[in-house]
Amino acid sequence: MTSVSHPAASTWSDDQPVKVRVPWHQRLQPANLLWLFLAGILVVLIVAPMWTLVVSSFTDAKTGGWTLHNYVEAYGKERHITALTNTLKMGAVVVVLKLAFGVPLAWACTRTDMPGRNFVRYSVFGAFIMPPYLAGVGWILLAGPNTGWINRVWHSLSGSTEPLVNIFSFGGLVLVTAIGGFFLVFVLVSSAFEMINSEMEDAANILGAGPFKTAMKVTFPLVMPAIIGAALLSFLGAIALYGVPALISIPARYPVVVIQLTEFFSFPLRIQVAAAYSIPLLLITAAMLGLQKLILRRKGYVSVSGKGGERRIVKLGRWRWVLFGYCFCVVALSVLMPMFVLLLAAFSDSWTAGFSFSNLTLSNFHYVLFEHSSSQKALVGSIGLGIVAATVAITLALFIAYIVQRKLIPFSGLLAFLAVSPYVVPGIVLAIGFYAAYALPPIALYGTYTIMALAFVTRFLPIAFTTSSAGVRSIHPEMEEAVRILGGGRVTALRHVVGPLLKRTLAGGWLLIFVPAAQELSTAIFLVGPTTRVVSVVLLDLSEEGELEKLAALGSLLLIIIVAVVAIGMRYLGRDFMLRRS
Amino acid sequence: MDGLVLRKLGRRFGAVDAVLDFDLHIKPGEFVSLLGPSGCGKTTTLRMIAGFIDPTSGSIELDGKILSAPSGSVPPEKRGMSMIFQSYAIWPNMTVSQNVAFGLNLRKLPSDEVKKRVGAVLETVRMSHLADRYPAELSGGQQQRVALARAVVIRPAVLLLDEPLSNLDANLREEMRFEIKRMHDEFKITSVYVTHDQGEAMVTSDRIAVMNNGRLEQIDSPYALYSRPKTRFVASFIGRTNFLSGNCGNHMIDFAGFSVPLAMIGEEVSGGGPITVSIRPQAMKLSATEAPREKAINLQGSVRQSSFLGETWDYVFQSTDSGLQFRVAAPPADVFEVGAPAWLQIDPAQIVPIAD
Repeated sequence: MTSVSHPAASTWSDDQPVKVRVPWHQRLQPANLLWLFLAGILVVLIVAPMWTLVVSSFTDAKTGGWTLHNYVEAYGKERHITALTNTLKMGAVVVVLKLAFGVPLAWACTRTDMPGRNFVRYSVFGAFIMPPYLAGVGWILLAGPNTGWINRVWHSLSGSTEPLVNIFSFGGLVLVTAIGGFFLVFVLVSSAFEMINSEMEDAANILGAGPFKTAMKVTFPLVMPAIIGAALLSFLGAIALYGVPALISIPARYPVVVIQLTEFFSFPLRIQVAAAYSIPLLLITAAMLGLQKLILRRKGYVSVSGKGGERRIVKLGRWRWVLFGYCFCVVALSVLMPMFVLLLAAFSDSWTAGFSFSNLTLSNFHYVLFEHSSSQKALVGSIGLGIVAATVAITLALFIAYIVQRKLIPFSGLLAFLAVSPYVVPGIVLAIGFYAAYALPPIALYGTYTIMALAFVTRFLPIAFTTSSAGVRSIHPEMEEAVRILGGGRVTALRHVVGPLLKRTLAGGWLLIFVPAAQELSTAIFLVGPTTRVVSVVLLDLSEEGELEKLAALGSLLLIIIVAVVAIGMRYLGRDFMLRRS
Repeated sequence: MDGLVLRKLGRRFGAVDAVLDFDLHIKPGEFVSLLGPSGCGKTTTLRMIAGFIDPTSGSIELDGKILSAPSGSVPPEKRGMSMIFQSYAIWPNMTVSQNVAFGLNLRKLPSDEVKKRVGAVLETVRMSHLADRYPAELSGGQQQRVALARAVVIRPAVLLLDEPLSNLDANLREEMRFEIKRMHDEFKITSVYVTHDQGEAMVTSDRIAVMNNGRLEQIDSPYALYSRPKTRFVASFIGRTNFLSGNCGNHMIDFAGFSVPLAMIGEEVSGGGPITVSIRPQAMKLSATEAPREKAINLQGSVRQSSFLGETWDYVFQSTDSGLQFRVAAPPADVFEVGAPAWLQIDPAQIVPIAD
């Protein structure tokens, strides 16, 4: 072979010894310390409480040694087992109801020419804003066996002394639980309906399928993953809910797990037994979410990933009014009726006296604002905790999402796992974990706002993380690289570029956390102290004292403040910020 | 050693060497392009220079100071470089002047100094009248100018450009090539430019480093690269060419149908045996009559294909003796019908032996 004589590209580098070491102080990026710090926070918020929960379930309260006795005590009584099976039964029925409410409404609002779609949308949004325990109180006012308005109307119409409806029953329990949570089904399923491109249905039509066949063979199979996901979340929400069972299941003589847990927390305090008793709740949740992952991973269920194209609206003809009637019934049951009676009671001297001008008063508001020992402080506390929890959770989640999305450290996936893991922890179980880890000496945070804020941040971290993570993913990495090459560190990039660009996304996420955090009950119930009560807890106290008018007034105040915050947010973000989340 | 030095630089992703044994010395103030097809490792090299990727072997140093080595690297923010990105990466939450001022503010310059410099650089890129606009209100070309201004205003030690023109339409691209060249001439910033477009590289660069499969094929001035390609890859990647196989021996290279004395070709060749040469379409001339020129190789044949490209004709000539085909460029006035007899003259000085 002929060799063409030209010098090699360059040979000079062989002459010089290569010293390859960059001094450590030049390599140092202060941001790396921050990542370590965040990992530490996650340990405090998630790992430590959950670890303590599991450990204390095996710990002897007296000796501190290892024992299985807590489990024997937790599951040794028939009553305790009944509460478990009751909970599962209730959860199953609630899922069916929530789907029956949520799926038709989602379809009607996204894919049909039903009249009043915006009215239905806003009403469902109202269900998001109204905490379940307030809906529960509303329904006690409506369907209490003796003094409920429906029953009183029935008595005067029929002359009967038997109640027509009784909210203190299994039926009442599942109905109120279902109306308090079906909005989640609505949100998830509507966004799935909105993702379906009509071309998929057109393809079925052109091949000869009629509207009904298309719906059954194409449309519904495509939203099936969303429906399954919504069903699982509904179940988990139902079995972990505390407020509604606290109001209804005791008078209904239908014991459930959450109520049994509070019993372990009352005198004599048995945290270890409560921990042991909460383990099944934790396992069921983890198993359900694992199941969902398994189902969704199957091929064929991934088609709803595309960007929604143009959607065709189904023309219902005469049926549009039938569908509207159904939707109206659902929103009336879930929002309009309970909200109406609640407001009416708030302005009434005595709610049993019915509506008359002589019965109207503002004294309930005066009482809860200025006279009651803790409700004024509770309002400030609830709103404050909501603001703190939402702000801290979003900030924390933004940093974590950034590390995870940009793969800044090895095992960053672990951070992501930790940040979303509180999702599988029911609020009441989280509260037990925080109690076991931080309430008692030497840390002794029991009854402080700090422990509640920490618990709330943990509880809502998954929502915050999902929102931030999607946001960070939407930002081109070159946006940050431009900061860095010009001399700014990663923290500068976060502060001056990523943060400002995600303002809207983060504000939307903030609202999604603020609303439930300001109303949070199940996480607060074991952590509040005598001087740090939040509105939700004061409301339950008032219900035990039978002060329903004052309860209604306080609940209305809470709602008004939340609605005001959300309204400001919607002005700024556009009204569909909540539906855009998936 | 002054300037930017890449020493045996390598980067491995899994089992694939994206860049391997890359040696390059860029002198202060020099403009060097990394040119190659997509996936050749040029962007990886650039990102290693910037500090976004750590090398797995070799090192990078600037003015004698080591910046990157497998054991660890100086982070991008401490390198005093700047970069123009493919997506421009203009921050949409800041106005044009805020974008440009960002790097100066990070350097904690007094605010009137920042103002002065931002004003001056916006003047240079002809964007002064749009200083208070937001990026969403700018066209692609204007965004590109902002990116340019933002990068040069800090007077970086090295300016890195990552296919900065690939998102622009053809006319604008032409204009921006000269803009970049003008900026470089004005500020004399050591620059590394990554592109897959040879035209861009030719216009802007002092030297072009052609890369293929993670390795450096050849680095030379644009003219030398075109007229004296050293490898088959370079010859075919830069412009178009004809490859001819021959045999070397006895001071002559024998091709099918003709021979060339070694002394006549522009390159020294040692040894003997099979050899490949590259002959550019512009190194040959077609004529309708036999008009043998001194020191030229004359072949008889006919025109087999023709296509008109506007600035030139692109003919395929086939030799009668050997059946060899050549692509030949001819000025628009030289019109030949397909099938017409023609004579081809090859300038032996422009026959370039290449390594396969």
